[in-house]
Amino acid sequence: MVKDQEFLKSKASYCLDLAKKMGATDASVTVGHSISETVNFRNKSLEASDRSDGLALSIETYLGKRRSSISSSNLLYENLKTLIEKCFETTKITPEDEFNSLPDKNLLAKQISSLNLYDETRFENDKKIKYLKDLEESASSNNQIINTESSFTENKSNFILANSDGFCDGYKTSSFTASCVTVAKDENSMERDYEFSSKRHLSDIKQATDLGNKAAKQTIRKLSPKKIGSEKISIIFDKRISKGMLSAFASAISASAIARGTSFLKDKIDEQVFANSINVIDKPDIIKGMGSQNFDSEGVNSNTLQLIEDGILKNYLVDTYNGKKLNLKSNGRSGGTTNLYFEKGNISYKDLMKKNSRSLYITETIGHGSNIVTGDYSVGATGFLVEDGEFKYPVNEITIAGNFKDMFKNIILANDLEFEYSVNSPTMMIEGMTVAGK
Amino acid sequence: MSNFFNKSDLTRQDADKIVSETLNNCDDGELYLEESKSESILLDDNKIKSSNYSSDLGFGFRAISNEVVAYSYSNEISKDSLKNSSENLRSTLKSIKGTYNYEIPKSNKKFYEDINPIEQKTLDSKLKVLNKVNDFLRKKDGSVKQVTASFAGEQKSIEIIRSGGEALTDVRPLIRFNVSVMLEKNGRKETGVYGIGGRQSYDDYLKNDNWKNVCEEAFRIASVNLESKPAPAGEMKVVLGPGWPAILIHEAIGHGLEGDFNRKKTSAFHDLMGEKVASEGVTIVDDGTIDNRRGSLTIDDEGTPTERTVLIENGILKNFMQDRHNARLMNTRSTGSGRRENYRHIVLPRMRNTMMLSGNQTQDEMIKSVDKGIFAVSFGGGQVDITSGKFVFNCTEAYEINNGKIGSPIKGATLIGDGPSILKEVSMVGNDMMLDPGIGTCGKAGQGVPVGVAQPSILIDKMTVGGTKL
Repeated sequence: MVKDQEFLKSKASYCLDLAKKMGATDASVTVGHSISETVNFRNKSLEASDRSDGLALSIETYLGKRRSSISSSNLLYENLKTLIEKCFETTKITPEDEFNSLPDKNLLAKQISSLNLYDETRFENDKKIKYLKDLEESASSNNQIINTESSFTENKSNFILANSDGFCDGYKTSSFTASCVTVAKDENSMERDYEFSSKRHLSDIKQATDLGNKAAKQTIRKLSPKKIGSEKISIIFDKRISKGMLSAFASAISASAIARGTSFLKDKIDEQVFANSINVIDKPDIIKGMGSQNFDSEGVNSNTLQLIEDGILKNYLVDTYNGKKLNLKSNGRSGGTTNLYFEKGNISYKDLMKKNSRSLYITETIGHGSNIVTGDYSVGATGFLVEDGEFKYPVNEITIAGNFKDMFKNIILANDLEFEYSVNSPTMMIEGMTVAGK
Repeated sequence: MSNFFNKSDLTRQDADKIVSETLNNCDDGELYLEESKSESILLDDNKIKSSNYSSDLGFGFRAISNEVVAYSYSNEISKDSLKNSSENLRSTLKSIKGTYNYEIPKSNKKFYEDINPIEQKTLDSKLKVLNKVNDFLRKKDGSVKQVTASFAGEQKSIEIIRSGGEALTDVRPLIRFNVSVMLEKNGRKETGVYGIGGRQSYDDYLKNDNWKNVCEEAFRIASVNLESKPAPAGEMKVVLGPGWPAILIHEAIGHGLEGDFNRKKTSAFHDLMGEKVASEGVTIVDDGTIDNRRGSLTIDDEGTPTERTVLIENGILKNFMQDRHNARLMNTRSTGSGRRENYRHIVLPRMRNTMMLSGNQTQDEMIKSVDKGIFAVSFGGGQVDITSGKFVFNCTEAYEINNGKIGSPIKGATLIGDGPSILKEVSMVGNDMMLDPGIGTCGKAGQGVPVGVAQPSILIDKMTVGGTKL
């Protein structure tokens, strides 16, 4: 069983009391416990089981404007005492930083509403095995599939965040994740693809057979790919790739990148950065949401933020430290976005596919080709050539490149938004990007 | 060396007994105990931004029978906790019986010293160097707008207890020093990053002015990029510089030669053993035995001494990299490549220091032979799709080559290629093999482990460059 609130609170208050006793002017502590159990399958039989049970604690101690931190997984009182002593000794010799402080008291979360993020259902390993058997049975039904690997993970976590201004709260969360990777082979090639489902509640996980079928179908259609020539072409991003554009956008508007001056979106508040049909929202209070939270990692209340309104940048993601640097109040985004999404567009998926007589549909990218300082983007890609709205043939060993500044202004979104993950996007088209191939 | 048995009610005798009882009817497995201490100190935006110390302690208990691996970890080292794990392993493997393999090779060689780099130097001395880095770079040139510098140090002590009571230990130091600088000129911003590291003390960088070289290099890369033009798009010849660009070898070839992917037949290389996979003159080894290198290990995380494993010899595929589990299932021996990020993770076959050995041509000859192509000197990260064999990496310093001459610097572009065929496109191998500066971390299945790479300059006849200029 995951440790209860009382246990975590007793550890947290021990640390806070001790830090205060040693002379710390302020302190904050996070204590968490997490248990997770995974079963792995390969080619329809059990391959591995994995159980993890981990406690984690981190403390920050302040002496005026001096601050340092420690973290440990060893919560024995003896060890905590040694660590807090070490932490405070380090604090004393760390230089002052005028922006170091606990969050403003009046911004701290006061009322915690239930977001239904915890499902206490226990999914025994035998049941996981049954689920994975069904999944791999359907994934391997086509004889072009030569290898299947799948896993089911159940996680239960609990945490307490406490600081010397009296904040002390936390809550349990759970997650259930089923995933499947399949390999298909024909006389010309071997290809891999995947599908997964991750939810707060067990009952919301996709059917095993649906997951297996989908993974297999997505893999088989990639067989015998061709390389295309280098050209400018309209690119359609599958949902699993288009959401990555939001993640790149989020890192470019983090207060830390803005304060350091290392973002291509610095000083762009109230300016047009996306096409004017685009709205981007970060909503922390979605019931059962994978990214939902009652407060951020500093205890600051987080409300829904409209980041982009009609293409115009409205907000950065602000934490206490970088907020003070930028003269902005924290908006509860220490630790990043919560449930981030593009509002859906007004063209159907079908019409988007037909919008150009010829386009490139991307289902996977590889490489770390996003530079948020310059906005330059260049990644390896796999996908399909689309003609007259239909997949013609699979394409690989190409790269796609552009600059976010131009790409963001040329985004067209379909109306097929679904809330599956913590970052969600409809299918996306960007015109005028460069493909490098033959 | 950590003593794991003075921390709670668990004695060594208890541990031996539980391990032997649990693994009795299994093919392999061990109790892995780990204590790590680490620090990271970061200077950013003119200030010491953070100083963090972390200590971690825990065990991972593994039992293997046939193809099934059962694993359980906890950060509570106690009799109860170990018994819980034991029950968990037994319940997974209840119906599968094996025969324990007691054999494990021995070696007295050590490739680094038992030191704790964190405690060897005061925090104050490290803070001073970081501040000097900041002052040095900001005074150097008016275009310097941001400086980030960091020290990271770690000492990891491990003990492996096998069935029958055999115990193997290792103490592993690791340091890293990194400088990143952002320049701004005529409204353009570019960054340059350089770092060093290894299984050693901080001494070299604290005592002397060696930190200055790291600053100069980061500054130089950023300055080059300020002048960069859009990169070309399409297939062309590529000359790779020596040292760090060997991450091409790591991504394109290395991952595909790890035992697990080949046992499962999901690697593009699984049916190519003994065949020609590279041009003549291309020899690639994976070596865990180089003193003080980031990817070196005295023993791997299963207790096997590491070695220099020849992967490709003169173009012919010779060996895969193996941990005990995959080696047993493929009827071969472990190459000392079983690694894990920490006690929270299972062992996988991984790379150590992956190196292409020198040939006899010069970088000049390569550049002169190219009419139109690029010269890539440094890279950011890379990635590979093991199954299709396609891999990418991102240039952080590269130049055009026109008519045998190096031209303008070009913007960061992704290069993409096909693992099984790329080494057949190598038409010249340089005589200038160089080790990387000690900065690599390899990710696989969610686990990061420190690795090294090395290579001479090489000429690749055909690769796709992912620029924007058609």
